[in-house]
Amino acid sequence: MQTAPFVPIIRSVGLNGLLVTFGARATDAANRAAIAFRAEVDAMGWSEVAESSSTLVSAFFRVDLAEHDFDALKDRLAEVLATRDWSTTALPSHRTLWTIPAVFGGERAPQLAEAAEAAGLSVADAQAALTSTRLRVLTLGFAPGQPYLGTLGEAWDIPRQVGLSPNIPAGALVAAVRQICLFTKDTPTGWRHVGQSAFACFRPQSDTPFPLAPGDEVQFTAITAEELARIEAHNADGAGGALRESLE
Amino acid sequence: MRGFIVHHAGPGVAVQDLGRPGFLAMGLTNGGAADLRAVHEGAALLQQDPKLAVLEMVGTGGTFEATEDMRIALTGGTMTADIDARAITWNASHAVPKGARLTIGPTRSGTYGYLNVGGGFATEVSLGARATHLSCGLGALVGTGETLPVDLDKGHDVGMTLTPDGRFTGGAVRVVPSMQTEDFDSAIRDRFEQTEFRRDPRANRQGIRMDSDGEGFSNPKALSIVSEVIVPGDIQITGDGTPFVLMAECQPTGGYPRIGTVLPCDLPRVAQAPAGTSLRFSFVTLQDGAAIQARANADLAKLPSAVTPLVRDPSTMPDLLSYQLVDGAISATHAHWDEGD
Repeated sequence: MQTAPFVPIIRSVGLNGLLVTFGARATDAANRAAIAFRAEVDAMGWSEVAESSSTLVSAFFRVDLAEHDFDALKDRLAEVLATRDWSTTALPSHRTLWTIPAVFGGERAPQLAEAAEAAGLSVADAQAALTSTRLRVLTLGFAPGQPYLGTLGEAWDIPRQVGLSPNIPAGALVAAVRQICLFTKDTPTGWRHVGQSAFACFRPQSDTPFPLAPGDEVQFTAITAEELARIEAHNADGAGGALRESLE
Repeated sequence: MRGFIVHHAGPGVAVQDLGRPGFLAMGLTNGGAADLRAVHEGAALLQQDPKLAVLEMVGTGGTFEATEDMRIALTGGTMTADIDARAITWNASHAVPKGARLTIGPTRSGTYGYLNVGGGFATEVSLGARATHLSCGLGALVGTGETLPVDLDKGHDVGMTLTPDGRFTGGAVRVVPSMQTEDFDSAIRDRFEQTEFRRDPRANRQGIRMDSDGEGFSNPKALSIVSEVIVPGDIQITGDGTPFVLMAECQPTGGYPRIGTVLPCDLPRVAQAPAGTSLRFSFVTLQDGAAIQARANADLAKLPSAVTPLVRDPSTMPDLLSYQLVDGAISATHAHWDEGD
């Protein structure tokens, strides 16, 4: 969807850092810009930046503003901002494409039909959309390693349901506002439960506790409930039968 | 194993430290102790690194038996405490001999009490820290029957004390403007500053609800925002206009607008305010807030040189505060009270 150009803004976040925002609404372009800009500043290795992150539309640089002057850092970030159009900048390298098997509909994901209806699609078309759209990890949040994946077609701009579902399980694919969220842990939610995987988004005992990173891409592939049960029976590492390949 | 055997533990006892930085991008917030000043005070009393892990206790502590000679320091919100039924002083360091039982009872002031131990608790390190982060499934509450391992202690001094500051009874809290402050009308911001809030009993390590009389603080301009970064101290205004101060275990992002952010040095005052205590928020500019915080950081760094010898006889001096008022006079004539620690 085309909107008037948004001029990126730089704000302080408490005394904890600086936030560079690329959109007033969650758009794909704003998210790409946030990821690309964060990678660029990270590569510069500024000593003032303790760590960085990106949200749906912003890049955050954690800086102790009691020790480092906000205005000076704001000016330096503005200089980097001015070097290019970040919404059309290539995403950083060293990203991963994940292919994650999941069950769509049925007892393991009982709200596929409801979500399809909200999107004005048949159940078959809804499943086809969810398994043919290459999604990007827009951001990780709410729970550790938990991805917000986007962006689905406009039909999927479906609101959260009014009531909360009390406990949607870890590994669930839930849909709302053109995004899929893949749950790290059992979570009450207003998003609709459209798929179920055995992919663990947070593996604290593993060498790779956070398998996904912002900018990674995810392709879901449909399996049967029986296949999911077989994967779950041998899933101590939490891989959930997912395949990974390098996106260079 | 060198450690403390937990004969009894209260329902809100967990190992904490300064937290787990470096994973914001992965959706894991820093966490760590709710009252970081208390951790620094404990480290100063034991003359050790403030990064060492401590025990954070809410409501009540527990009964802990030392498997070897230990040093401890008690900081933060005051709780009753004794070693083998002999009362000991809060905001002070003590020896706990092998086999002795340290009992930490109910809270008397504040909300979070801390048991600091010489050498630090040596529970498993996960992602670079020992901080228990319950909402993220890292670590667990301390349970009866377990033994909490303690690292070797390089120090030896005990019987030291620090004068506590006044952060345990609510009061004035300074706030800097943040991302969405300007989205709130100035009339709402003014009313926010003029309002006397009460800490709601609905509070935990993620956030603390602030009660007030009169209308809420929601603002139509600030209603519809994209989910954005949260930092500890952020004051979010929920849909019904209620402020919540977000604490150490807050989520990394959230969709409610933030009216401002509590200065890190004033966050322990919010954390420690008991339910029902009155709190008032006042804005300072970013520049002034940075200067205030820099001074507070410098003060924290000087804590190790602020400790003084504890002159005490718990059986006759139950009230540390009144005792300290006449510190010099008593220590001059009763130096023998130093003995026995």
